[in-house]
Amino acid sequence: MSVWLDLGSKVIVQGMTGSEGRKHTQRMIAAGTRIVAGVTPGKGGQSLTFEEDPVPVFNTVAEAKQVTGANTSVIFVPAAHTKQAVLDAIDAGLELVVVITEGVPVADTAEFVAYAQRSGTTRIIGPNCPGLISPGKSNVGIIPPNIAGPGPIGLVSKSGTLTYQMMFELRDIGFASAVGIGGDPVNGTSHIDVLAAFEADPEVQAIVLIGEIGGDAEERAAEYIAEHVTKPVVAYVAGFTAPVGKTMGHAGAIVTGSAGTAAAKKAAFEAAGVLVGHTPSETAALVRAALAG
Amino acid sequence: MDLFEYQARDLFEASGVPVVPGIVASTPAAAAAAAVKLGTPVVVVKAQVKTGGRGKAGGVKLARSPQEAAERAAEILGLDIRGHRVRKVMVAAGADIAEEYYFSLLLDRSTGKYLAMCSREGGVDIETLAVERPEALARVQIDPIIGLDAAMAAQIVSTAGFPAADHAAIAEVLVGLGRLYRDNDATLVEVNPLVKTGQGEIIALDGKVTLDDNADFRHPEWSAYADTHEQDPLETRAKEKGLNYVKLDGNVGVIGNGAGLVMSTLDVVAAAGANLPGQPRPANFLDIGGGASASVMADGLEIILSDPQVKVVLVNVFGGITACSEVAKGIRDALAMLGEKASKPIVVRLDGNAVEIGRHMLIEAAHPLVELSDTMDAAARRAAELAANQE
Repeated sequence: MSVWLDLGSKVIVQGMTGSEGRKHTQRMIAAGTRIVAGVTPGKGGQSLTFEEDPVPVFNTVAEAKQVTGANTSVIFVPAAHTKQAVLDAIDAGLELVVVITEGVPVADTAEFVAYAQRSGTTRIIGPNCPGLISPGKSNVGIIPPNIAGPGPIGLVSKSGTLTYQMMFELRDIGFASAVGIGGDPVNGTSHIDVLAAFEADPEVQAIVLIGEIGGDAEERAAEYIAEHVTKPVVAYVAGFTAPVGKTMGHAGAIVTGSAGTAAAKKAAFEAAGVLVGHTPSETAALVRAALAG
Repeated sequence: MDLFEYQARDLFEASGVPVVPGIVASTPAAAAAAAVKLGTPVVVVKAQVKTGGRGKAGGVKLARSPQEAAERAAEILGLDIRGHRVRKVMVAAGADIAEEYYFSLLLDRSTGKYLAMCSREGGVDIETLAVERPEALARVQIDPIIGLDAAMAAQIVSTAGFPAADHAAIAEVLVGLGRLYRDNDATLVEVNPLVKTGQGEIIALDGKVTLDDNADFRHPEWSAYADTHEQDPLETRAKEKGLNYVKLDGNVGVIGNGAGLVMSTLDVVAAAGANLPGQPRPANFLDIGGGASASVMADGLEIILSDPQVKVVLVNVFGGITACSEVAKGIRDALAMLGEKASKPIVVRLDGNAVEIGRHMLIEAAHPLVELSDTMDAAARRAAELAANQE
């Protein structure tokens, strides 16, 4: 198995007719993902052709699901329309909705995440995330499929490019799944959700957790690991040099007062018995040692 | 984005939350005129800075005449409060305070929902209260789908233990603050103190509002809040170019793609420099974002090179969507444009998408300032060494 994706995942692309949506649909199809439909309100009835196969476009997720049997959606629509797109996917009863869009107002995210929880059906990943990949099986989002192949590592990260960097460092070993949960203050899937899934996935033999400054998600993940995770976990935290009160690119990456510092997160991991790398390369070395040992 | 107190006060008023009259002044004479206009026997002159602790720093003073208001303003204007220079004061009418309360509504990152906090003991340091007497601070979770409506306001007021006679008046103010939070895409609305006057009125006497920068596309009115004084000039220029840049205090300029990788690069540079002479540290955070074009890269490099504190530049790119060939082209273009003006070494590490083409372009250009490095660690080490050598 793999985390939330398998060979049977049938994927809708919301915003497929836009330039980002079109570009990444092409990449996902090339990586083997089963893209069954696009959704753009007002453009239903059209179709786009990728690798000589037409992909139909629908006005709503419900229609697309009814016709194609899709269970997953990936969202590339602009921030101003993201909330409506996600609500549409939740109302249609999709199981997994991956929100790539960055710059979504946090009130919109809080609302659609609460709405998804209330639905009891839909898991949201993101927003502002690179998506998830199970190399060799499926790739939903924008993680480049050619960095690393299948293997025993499970990776969870707030950051897209650090995900790529870490996959690159460990490309000779390979990944069962890599999940980018996004760098916003509120996200649909937390480090803890992914840790639980990795713990349950027999393909995962070691876990890499990449965190960054801001909030207390890493501290809570550390507590969870101490109590519930039996597999080796290696953590990396970015942002030791970040000053208080300055947002470091991600809307969530800001140190406020004494809370959210990289040092506090590192200490929390170490207290939970989790090894922490100082650099991506040192983190990779710790993962190798954990797998060897 | 944090607002100044006077901006928060205006938002309170616009949302139907009672406030005291207040006028902003940036000179002592304007402060005196404001006191005349307010016409109350006592006014309060308050420093307008986006930081806490201004009372202790001498930033809040009473005045009993327009003359005194001018004198107090002269003392407060220009003060440095925790690194924030006071450029404006608010002259506010004195209030007849009978009781002081505390209220805030904020985004709770740990739950993804909102949290309302309320206490009958306001005007104090609320973080201390929360630690020492947590039972005195009511905490009520607010569902983001519903928001702080009348039913939630009633629950907050009763959980905080206000006497029944005050429930309706306080709850009405809380509903107004909840409306402000929602309508203005706030992530924090704090009133400390919320006061009851001798006449039994409930008034927001001092407030703090933080707005969600991601929501600026639906708030054209926020352009009035632009605060270029608080910004470094290089940050202002980078913002005009649409670049995500934060000025830091070191001498190694850093450019990369993706917030996480750039933050990580800063850490690796700082670690590499820790044992070198002069301890080179990162001079900035600059994220060119995903899928950046050559012109974005060139803009970024130009800004970093124009920082007089920068001795060396480190470019660290892992191309996911970004093509290393575009990054290389951006470096080449920026150097061609700057010509003789470019004089600082540039250490470049490229990997990922189109890396072969990118590296080849830089090797072929053979610019004397550009040096390629194979790994992120080696590149950071080299940049730190070059910076140390130039000290």
